[in-house]
Amino acid sequence: MTDANDIAQLTDLQTIRKGINARKLVDKIFVALALGSLFSTLGVLIVLIGKLVIEGSKRFGSGFLTFITSVPDSNPEEAGIKIAIVGSILVILVTASIAVPLGIGAGIYLEEYAGRGGIPTWVANIIEVNISNLAGIPSIIYGLLALGVFKAQLKLGETIITAGLTLALLILPIIIVTTRESIKAIPQALREGVYAIGASRWQTIWDHILPASAGGILTGIIVGLSRAIGEAAPLVTIGALTFLTFLPPVPFSPKQGGGVYGPFDWLFAPFTVMPIQVFDWVGRPDPGFNVVNAGAAAVILVFMTLSMNALAIYLRVYFRKRIKW
Amino acid sequence: MTDSTELLLSSTSAPSKGKRKAREFRENIIQTLLLFAAVSSVLVTFGIMEVLVGESFRFFINPELKEVGVENIWADFFNIKDPQWTVLFEEKHFGILTLLSSTLLTSAVALIVAVPVGTTVAIYLSEFAASSLREWLKPILELLAGVPSVVFGYFALNVISPYVRSFNENIPGFNRLSAGIAIGIAIIPIISSIAEDAMRAVPNQMREGSYALGSTRINTAINVILPAAFSGIVASYILGISRAVGETMIVAVAGGLQALYSWNPLEGAATISAYIVQVTLGDVPFGSLEYESIFAAGLTLALITLALNLIGFFLIKRFKETY
Amino acid sequence: MDRTTIAREKLKAEVVNFNFFYGNFHALKNINITVAEKQVTALIGPSGCGKSTLLRAFNRMHELYPGTRHEGQILLEGQDIMAKDVDPIEVRMRIGMVFQKPNPFPKSIYENIAYGLRIRGINKKSTLDERVEQALRGAALWDEVKDRLDKPGFSLSGGQQQRLCIARTLATSPEIILFDEPTSALDPIATNSIEELIQELRNQVTILIVTHNMQQATRVSDYTAFMYLGEVVEFDKTNFIFGSPTQQRTKDYISGQFG
Repeated sequence: MTDANDIAQLTDLQTIRKGINARKLVDKIFVALALGSLFSTLGVLIVLIGKLVIEGSKRFGSGFLTFITSVPDSNPEEAGIKIAIVGSILVILVTASIAVPLGIGAGIYLEEYAGRGGIPTWVANIIEVNISNLAGIPSIIYGLLALGVFKAQLKLGETIITAGLTLALLILPIIIVTTRESIKAIPQALREGVYAIGASRWQTIWDHILPASAGGILTGIIVGLSRAIGEAAPLVTIGALTFLTFLPPVPFSPKQGGGVYGPFDWLFAPFTVMPIQVFDWVGRPDPGFNVVNAGAAAVILVFMTLSMNALAIYLRVYFRKRIKW
Repeated sequence: MTDSTELLLSSTSAPSKGKRKAREFRENIIQTLLLFAAVSSVLVTFGIMEVLVGESFRFFINPELKEVGVENIWADFFNIKDPQWTVLFEEKHFGILTLLSSTLLTSAVALIVAVPVGTTVAIYLSEFAASSLREWLKPILELLAGVPSVVFGYFALNVISPYVRSFNENIPGFNRLSAGIAIGIAIIPIISSIAEDAMRAVPNQMREGSYALGSTRINTAINVILPAAFSGIVASYILGISRAVGETMIVAVAGGLQALYSWNPLEGAATISAYIVQVTLGDVPFGSLEYESIFAAGLTLALITLALNLIGFFLIKRFKETY
Repeated sequence: MDRTTIAREKLKAEVVNFNFFYGNFHALKNINITVAEKQVTALIGPSGCGKSTLLRAFNRMHELYPGTRHEGQILLEGQDIMAKDVDPIEVRMRIGMVFQKPNPFPKSIYENIAYGLRIRGINKKSTLDERVEQALRGAALWDEVKDRLDKPGFSLSGGQQQRLCIARTLATSPEIILFDEPTSALDPIATNSIEELIQELRNQVTILIVTHNMQQATRVSDYTAFMYLGEVVEFDKTNFIFGSPTQQRTKDYISGQFG
C-alpha cells in the first residue's frame, strides 16, 4: 500500500500550513523578481531620458533659441536643428496625406466590401496575411524599396516626396490594421439598422461606421505617424544624410534669378529630419556633437514621439471608456 | 405643418430612375477607389520583391564579379568555412555569414536580455498585478516601445558602452554587446505585450481549476498558464527576434561598421542592416557591385524576418484557435 | 423557511447568516444551511438565484476577482473558513471543486492528477503512481486510460475529461468536494456516468452539488436547498423537498411553473 506518511500529510493541517507558507514564499520571491524587472525596465527609460536631458540641457539654456533656429554648423555650439525640424514636419505632412486616406480606404474595403459583394473572402485573407507580413518587415527594407523604386526607377531623388512616400508605405499596415479592428468592433446591429432605413452602403459607412470607429482609427494614425517621425533607417538608405543649410522653397516665394517657386516645388527639395540629425551628430567624433548636440536633438525627438504615443494611449482609453457596445 | 407633411410624403415616394442611377454610379466609383487602396498593400509587396529579387539577381549574374576575383559567387556568398565580406578591397569577397554573424550575435544578446525580463513582466502583469495596477504599467511599457531606435543607439553608445568598458578598457567603444543590450531593452515591450496577451487569453476556468486544488499564483502560472499559453509565448519570442534581426539604427550607431566575421560580442562589426546603412551613407553609383550587394544582403534579411514572422503568426493563429 | 437539523449524520459544515455582495448587488441574503458529512447536498433554483455563488464561497473562489464582499460565516468542522486570518489556499486544499466545463490542465493525464499532490509536497514516484491509480479507479476512469497516462488530458472525451477532473480532486483527499453543475456541458451518456460516480462517492466524501436539473438532484442528493433570488426558500431532505414541499414557491418551481 501507499506510504502512509506521504498520504497522511495530505490531510494533516499542520503539514498543509507549512507547505503553504513555503509555496507562498516562492510567490513573494517571484513578485520581487518581477517588480525588479519591471522597475529596471522603467528605470532604463528614466535613465535614458535623464541622460538625454542632462547632456542636452547644455543647449537648452540661453542658447535654446539658437539651437532650434540655427542650421547645421561645423561648430557644435552654433549648430541647430531648424532644417531638421522643418524637414520632419514637411515629410510627415506628405506621409500623412498619403498613408491616412490609403490606409483608412483599404481598411474600409477589407472590412465592409470584401466578401460582401467586393473581392471574395479568400482574396481578402491573402491581402490580410500580406499586410501582417508587411508590418513585420524591417524598416531598412522599405529603404531599399525606396532606393530601388523611387530613387533609381522614378528618379525622385533624395527629396521630401521620396521620404514622405517611403514612410507612408512603412506605416500603411499600422493604419490599415487599426482601421479594420475599429470597424470590426462595431456591432452588426448598427449596420442593419442603417441599411433598414434605406441608406446605401457608402452612406452607411460615411455617416455611421466611420464616426463610430473614429477613435480607434485616430489612435492608429497617431501611432503610425509617431513611428514615422522616429524612423531614420529607411531615409538614410535613400541617401538623405546631407549637410543642408537651407530650407525647402516656400510656395510662390521669389526664385533666385527671377520668377517664383511653384506651389509644390518644396516636395522636390532635399531635406533632413530629426532622427537623421541625431544619427549624423552621434556619429561624429567631437563630444560637442555626439554627446551634447545629439542628446539635445534626441530630447526633442523623444518628446515628439512620446507625447504622440501618450496621446494615442489616452485616446484609446478614453474611447474605450466612452463607447460600450 | 403643411410643409413638413409634404416633405414627409415626397421623401417616402420612390426615388426616380435617374437618381438611382446617379447613386449607383457614385457607389461604384467609391468602391473602385477603396479597392485600389486595399490593393496598394499588395503593390508594396510586389515592389519590395521586385527590387530585392531583381537587384539581387543582377548582383549574382554580374560579369564584374569575375574581374574582382570571385569565381563562383554562390560558393562565395554561402561560404561558411571562411567567410569574408571585402567589398571595398581590390580582391572582393561576399560571404554573407560575415554580416549575418553580427546580426545573429546582436539578436542573441538582445534575447538574453529581453526573454527573461519580458516573460517575467508578462507573467506578473497577467497573473499577479491587480487590474488597476496593470492599467498603469502597460501604457508605460508601451511608451518604451515609442522611443525611436536612433535614440536607443545614442543610449547604447553613450551610456551602455561606457559602462561595459568600465570593466575592461580594451573593449572598443563600438561593440555588439552594447548594441545587443540596447536592442534587448527595445524589444522587451514586444515580448511582454504579446506574451501577456497570450497568457490572458487562457480561459479563467483553467486558472480556477488550478486554484481550486490549492495552488498559489506562481504554481498556477508555471504549471497551468505557461504550458497553456506556450505557443503564444514562443510567438512573442519569435516576433521579438524578428524585430531584433531587422534593427538598424542601434547597430549602425553603436555596433561598429566594419564587415568582420567574428562571434565575439565585445568586438564591433557590421550587421546586415548596418552594412546597408554604411554603403548608402556614401555615394554609390547605381548598378555597381557595391550597390547591388546591399540588395543581396537585404534580401537575406527580408527572407529571415519573413520566415520568422510567418512562424510567429502561425503560432498565434494556432493559439487563438485553441482558445 | 425552516432549517433542518441533522440528527443522525455528523455535521460537516454549516453556513451561518451568510450574505454576499457583488459590488452593490446583494447576491446572497442571510443564508443558513447545513452540510452533513458523507452525504450529498444539492443546491437547486433558477439561474441567477445565487446557488453557484454560494458554492464558490465554500472554497473562496470569488477572491480571485475584485469587487466582492461577504458577511456571516461558513463553518468547516466549527472553524470559520471565511475569516480573514484563514488562508484561502488552506481552504482550497481542504475543499476540492469540480467545474461546469471540464477543465483539465495542459498536461498529461498522469500529471493532471499528480499536480495536486506535487504542490502538496509529494514527489516520490512510487507514491504518486499509486495515488494516481487510486484516484483514476475512484473516478471510474482507470480502465479507459491506464495505457495512455502520458497522453494529454485534452485528448479525452468530454465525459472522460470531467472524470479526470474528479480524479484530480479525489487524489488530494479533500474533506468536501464541490460540484458546480458538473454535467451541464456533457451529453446524456457522459452525464449518466458522472451521476453514477457521484452516487459511488457518497458515503466516502462530503459532496455539495449545484444543479439546474431537478431530476439530477432527486437522483443523487440526500439533502436539497431550493434557492430563489439569493435566498434559501426551503432546505430539507431531498425526498421531502420533492415529495411534500412546504413552501408555495418550491412547489411552483419543482412543478415547472417557472425556472
